[in-house]
Amino acid sequence: MLKDQDRIFTNLYGMHERTLKGAQTRGHWDGTAGLIEKGRDWIIQTMKDSGLRGRGGAGFPTGLKWSFMPKESDGRPSYLVINADESEPGTCKDREIMRHDPHTLIEGALIASFAMNAHTCYIYLRGEYIREREALQAAIDECYDKGLLGRNAAGSGWDFDVFLHHGAGAYICGEETALIESLEGKKGMPRMKPPFPAGAGLYGCPTTVNNVESIAVVPTILRRGADWFAGFGRPNNAGTKLFAISGHVNNPCVVEEAMSISFEELIEKHCGGIRGGWDNLLAVIPGGSSVPCVRGENMRDAIMDFDYLRGELGSGLGTAAVIVMDKQTDIIKAIWRLSKFYKHESCGQCTPCREGTGWMMRVMDRLVKGEADLEEIDMLWDVTKQVEGHTICALGDAAAWPIQGLIRNFREEIEDRIKAQKAGRKSAIAAK
Amino acid sequence: MLRRLHSEQPESFAFTADNQKWAEAQLTKYPEGRQASAVIPLLWRAQEQEGWVSKPALEYVADMLGMAYIRVLEVASFYFMFQMQPTGSVAHVQICGTTSCMICGAEDLVAICKEKIAEKPHTLSADGKFSWEEVECLGACTNAPMAQIGKDYYEDLTAEGFAHMLDDLAAGKKVVPGPQNGRYAAEPKSGLTSLTEYDSGKTQYNASAQLASDIGDGVKRIQGDEVPILTPWVGKDGVVAGRAAAEAPPKAPEAPKPAAKQAEEAKKAAPAKTAEAKPAVEEQAAEAEPETLKEARGGLPDDLKLLKGVGPKLEETLNTLGFFHFDQIADWTEAEVAWVDSRLKFKGRIERDGWIEQAKRLAVGDDTEFAKRAKKDGLYDDED
Repeated sequence: MLKDQDRIFTNLYGMHERTLKGAQTRGHWDGTAGLIEKGRDWIIQTMKDSGLRGRGGAGFPTGLKWSFMPKESDGRPSYLVINADESEPGTCKDREIMRHDPHTLIEGALIASFAMNAHTCYIYLRGEYIREREALQAAIDECYDKGLLGRNAAGSGWDFDVFLHHGAGAYICGEETALIESLEGKKGMPRMKPPFPAGAGLYGCPTTVNNVESIAVVPTILRRGADWFAGFGRPNNAGTKLFAISGHVNNPCVVEEAMSISFEELIEKHCGGIRGGWDNLLAVIPGGSSVPCVRGENMRDAIMDFDYLRGELGSGLGTAAVIVMDKQTDIIKAIWRLSKFYKHESCGQCTPCREGTGWMMRVMDRLVKGEADLEEIDMLWDVTKQVEGHTICALGDAAAWPIQGLIRNFREEIEDRIKAQKAGRKSAIAAK
Repeated sequence: MLRRLHSEQPESFAFTADNQKWAEAQLTKYPEGRQASAVIPLLWRAQEQEGWVSKPALEYVADMLGMAYIRVLEVASFYFMFQMQPTGSVAHVQICGTTSCMICGAEDLVAICKEKIAEKPHTLSADGKFSWEEVECLGACTNAPMAQIGKDYYEDLTAEGFAHMLDDLAAGKKVVPGPQNGRYAAEPKSGLTSLTEYDSGKTQYNASAQLASDIGDGVKRIQGDEVPILTPWVGKDGVVAGRAAAEAPPKAPEAPKPAAKQAEEAKKAAPAKTAEAKPAVEEQAAEAEPETLKEARGGLPDDLKLLKGVGPKLEETLNTLGFFHFDQIADWTEAEVAWVDSRLKFKGRIERDGWIEQAKRLAVGDDTEFAKRAKKDGLYDDED
């Protein structure tokens, strides 16, 4: 198990002092100017060496992403935009950072912005997190007050501003180009790529969009060294990670653990086991609603990292939002609810997604009740394949995968329900 | 779900004085010409003040930001947090219904809303105090099931506890938000499994609940005077340091104004024109008409687009004015530049882009950096 002194988010539960002074006693904002003094190249190289992969779901190497930003300005300013639009069902990790350990994020924003030649950072917070916004803004105000932001931020010689911006309840704004559109005051509809944001993003200027957790771990990695961070987890899956475990465990919680921890250890150590014991485990969605579910029996020994979950189980680590379902769960209904979510959140720009998500939800509707024909399972599979990969952004894929996971893993359950419904109808007719 | 303007709209909308101040402070977050960025925060404050977003409120925000009304309506109808119809006078209750919450009992909470508030979502209760809806994931999944009421998250709910809470809110009693089962935040309920030495136990509630309890504005209609309005990023000299340090972003394309507005402005501008005519003539005294041609010499005009700053449109205009050759432009005097300038409607462009300098070099057959590039990339080939 990860030791407390190796945890980055030492105030994850907000039980310690939440002010700047408290953060400083926990080691944050320590020698920030010194880190910046080591220069842009050193920062980016250290981030590359640390093996940090983006914590927003896709797992793209953070250092590499930063290196795409122009080294010299062509007259346009560069921007760092922090994606705090946490709305992937099951995910609630960034919220804890922003309300309880905000200084990790603000310090990270300063260093990351410097590394990308940006003087301005916008944090795009989901609209529903109102108290989190107030808590984070209070922390930002305090930093300005103490000279850690603004002119010559933290004595580094770098002029730097952090602005808090918020959305108003659109899941799609977690997609980076939709987020940029929304930040410009428009509907959150994803843009075609290329051009990529690093070329033309916010206001047409070079922009990098990073997840909250990716940015918040930066200062600690730089302070303690790339080797320290890379020492956790298997190769290519380095570091510590916030896991959010919800659903049918005895003690749902958000916890920071080393990558590549086994699922069993994660659940036993922190969540008090599965409700009703391991034999009662039906299914797990290991990385937020967008990844396919995995059957319980395959999950117990699973290693919680990007490569294992994708390679061995055909699922994904995503945001490390683990949704656990025990055998009392109606799994078809649970996935139907996700279909409803995606139908609700489709922005309507691309036809396959706009129409497909509604289509899939309506078929799922009938599968929940069993009022369908067996052939319709294959038809639904086909529809998911028609949606997947045929849209501008990944929402179409994300809507298709949970259903594919359901059909792959729980086809029998769906068939049983359809048959039972048919038999019920027949016996009802016979009784007449 | 159809999201459109409500059938009954109030007469007018205006921010309270403090909310207006707050709204203006928000604009300092964005570069000049990019005020439209503030549309969501401003609409949200309008909703916090009134409980929902009405047509006058949309128009008020649009006018404040210089946006077309339809653009603001687009935004309001796209984002689901904007209530397009009146909500309960005490509170609008939002139950998270997505999978994590659903499998932990959100359906029971919805049943209570149906029983206690109204059968259908987005409908006022009989006493007008509440309305409700089921929303998508609110991002507090380890504290499922949960609901958002006003500004606050009420987590780890049970059906009975939730019903009781609604009664308390209706009676105007104080309810502390956050986990309702004795948990502090998102830690394991049975006790800490990590970070044990960081448990100082100093603050009573977690950050969210503490703010709610300190400010006490959970379900209040926001007037703007609840907390001080701060803009620490604006320095004492009125400069935003980060923005001043970076180069200016490219200018925003000018948004077309609503038709009604254009007509209104045209009306206003019309009488003013005659009044201003006289001084305008005096100003023009410094202008002198340069020599112009009826057509290109030998029917072979120079490619004026090779001048940086001149595109196909401007070339056409220059041709109509009677300029076809680099040497013509190279010979302009200051007064003649002023004459052309006032006809191009791009004040100062000739000087800024250094047309005369460029034209002098192009006229004698030299290349300029831009001309080389324009030729190489076939910059204007499409038009040819």
